[in-house]
Amino acid sequence: MSDNFLDVKNLKVHFPTDDGLVKSVDGLSFALDRGKTLGIVGESGSGKSVTSLSVLGLHKGGRAKISGEIWLDGEELVSATPEHVRRLRGKKMAMIFQDPLSAMHPYFTVGAQIIEAYRIHNKVTKKVARKHAADLLGRVGIPQPDRRVDSYPHEFSGGMRQRAMIAMALSCDPELLIADEPTTALDVTVQAQILDLMRDLQRDFNAALIIITHDLGVVAELSDDILVMYGGKAIEYGSAEDIFERPEHPYTWGLLGSMPRLDREPTERLLPIKGSPPSLINVPAGCAFHPRCAFEGRTGGKAGTEVPELAETEGGHLVRCHLPREERRAIWANEIKPNLESA
Amino acid sequence: MVTYIIRRLIGALLMLAVVSMVTFSIFFVVPRLAGVTATDFANRYVGRAATQETVVEVAKKLGLNDPVVVQYGRWVKGIFVGSEFDYGSGVEHCPAPCFGYSFVTKKPVWPDLLDRLPVTLSLAVGASIIWLLAGVAVGVLSALKRGSLFDRGAMIVALSGVSLPPFFTGLIALSLFSYGLRITAPGGAYTPFSENPAEWAYNLILPWLTLAFLNAAAYARLTRAGMLETMGEDYIRTARAKGLKESTVITKHGLRAALTPIVTIFGLDVGILLGGAILTENVFSLPGLGKYATGAIAAQDLPKIMGFTMLAAFFIVMANLIVDLLYAVVDPRVRLA
Ligand SMILES: Nc1ncnc2c1ncn2[C@@H]1O[C@H](COP(=O)(O)OP(=O)(O)OP(=O)(O)O)[C@@H](O)[C@H]1O
Ligand code: SF4
Ligand SMILES: [Mg+2]
Repeated sequence: MSDNFLDVKNLKVHFPTDDGLVKSVDGLSFALDRGKTLGIVGESGSGKSVTSLSVLGLHKGGRAKISGEIWLDGEELVSATPEHVRRLRGKKMAMIFQDPLSAMHPYFTVGAQIIEAYRIHNKVTKKVARKHAADLLGRVGIPQPDRRVDSYPHEFSGGMRQRAMIAMALSCDPELLIADEPTTALDVTVQAQILDLMRDLQRDFNAALIIITHDLGVVAELSDDILVMYGGKAIEYGSAEDIFERPEHPYTWGLLGSMPRLDREPTERLLPIKGSPPSLINVPAGCAFHPRCAFEGRTGGKAGTEVPELAETEGGHLVRCHLPREERRAIWANEIKPNLESA
Repeated sequence: MVTYIIRRLIGALLMLAVVSMVTFSIFFVVPRLAGVTATDFANRYVGRAATQETVVEVAKKLGLNDPVVVQYGRWVKGIFVGSEFDYGSGVEHCPAPCFGYSFVTKKPVWPDLLDRLPVTLSLAVGASIIWLLAGVAVGVLSALKRGSLFDRGAMIVALSGVSLPPFFTGLIALSLFSYGLRITAPGGAYTPFSENPAEWAYNLILPWLTLAFLNAAAYARLTRAGMLETMGEDYIRTARAKGLKESTVITKHGLRAALTPIVTIFGLDVGILLGGAILTENVFSLPGLGKYATGAIAAQDLPKIMGFTMLAAFFIVMANLIVDLLYAVVDPRVRLA
């Protein structure tokens, strides 16, 4: 059992492939309450989408090997039957996908797709559902919703499609809402509007919200908690304040340094992280980040041989790094933070 | 949408006009370039026994010496208002739509074509329903059970189906079921549906299956590929994320998209088939358009070949038109273009 509304414990999602076992998610734990927002951040391929899809049970029936526990409102989902999880999908938990153009069916109107989502879980007439769909479109800021219900996805702009996608996810008042890169496909001004909208809706619907992104800037204002993922594992996990004010993991420092800022050209990144994300089949031995880490030499050779534990540093703030706590704090305060601020 | 339909309709008519000019040229102009004279043509009507004067006379009466454009104009006019023929034994009236007079039977071509049409129509409709249903069903199951024993077996059968011509499968089927087991008709007979539906089906079942096998195989492969692609699309994941039952995800969201290209190809295939299933009709000696065409070609009966070609072209152009309109109905994105 679990006291949190959502409690993920030691989740592992592995895919057997011809090249070997892909450990997309490897022992991930996090928790979230109603009305709270969790930001999951990491580079491409770190396992963010795989994590969210397994919460919704969308890997079931596929080739994925899933273990661990996912508790949602007192129910364990990994061991539940696919049919049981299906009934929760869309109603208790819903998802907003990254690219609304490919995520919406091209042959059905936006309204029809929202109506369908609503009528799976609510026995209402088409007419009632249609009214509900138009109301939702209005609620997410689409002008003339009564007319636009009959539009097709390709007749909407990118931002409007993402609004419609949000309306669809909200159609059954989900208690858990997962947004997988909700703004990545949009341009900057529209991104800000969508994030504002999500903040408003979060307040109104009091849902537990997970926002997945590779951009710390997106979750900066929205999140209560932030989970930083690297190679299928959590490497730092804490409150938004922990992550932004006193981050302790070298990878998080890198993410902070590469955060695009409104006062800067989008192409101009402060401290890009060298190298590329790790292979999930042959994960580097020891600390998965060590081939790219600037502080690898300060751990006395442990980084290449021993996997660091995700350990508490202070008040629920978890970090996975061999460097002693004091040294990490000193590096942040003396080497990293001044650099970020002066740039 | 209305302008789209009108535009497509005009396009179809232009297409038919072009096809008629090209076929007319091929059949009536090219032979002349190769040295065939107007009197040679007239000869085909009057027979070799006639005197030279009669032949020249007939060529004149039939207007075979006129410029090609005039002849083409006369031919087109015949289609709309009918025409008169005089090949030596008095004026004969060929009512509209007149596609000319057969060299051999000395009768208008059109009624012959009309006679043959129901046979080909019966063959095409029956076979196409069988292959569409069987091909799509096997294709979908194969895709959903990819890599299974069923999938592998079905795809091996499908591969052989695509590569075996009807005169091979048809003959095997005939010797097996008609001559061996004696449960199907031995071919050569056709009973109109209106006369006796049971006999109609009894006579056609083997040709249907032969023709269907060939196409079902191709459709199974197409459906499987389309279904595999569609089921990997993002919107399928969205459909599942809504909590839809897997069966609804497959039929409503998956099949709907996977079948669109199949329907297009189906329309074209049926259109082509309506112009005669030449191989199948010949194997089973069915008196349809395909057999008519082979007979006409063997007898070098140009007016017949010309009439048949125009009818076949008409079916194909119409099928194209219908498919295009259908596509616009099925896929809303097409309507913009
Ligand atoms: N069905 C699958 N079979 C095999 N490997 C998979 C499968 N699904 C995902 N993966 C692998 O798991 C890894 C993590 O993928 P995931 O989509 O979770 O990354 P992500 O963090 O969401 O990245 P992005 O920012 O690009 O969306 C990737 O390397 C991917 O190739
Ligand atoms: S354990 Fe070593 S290599 Fe890994 S992040 Fe910490 S300092 Fe870098
Ligand atoms: Mg992703």
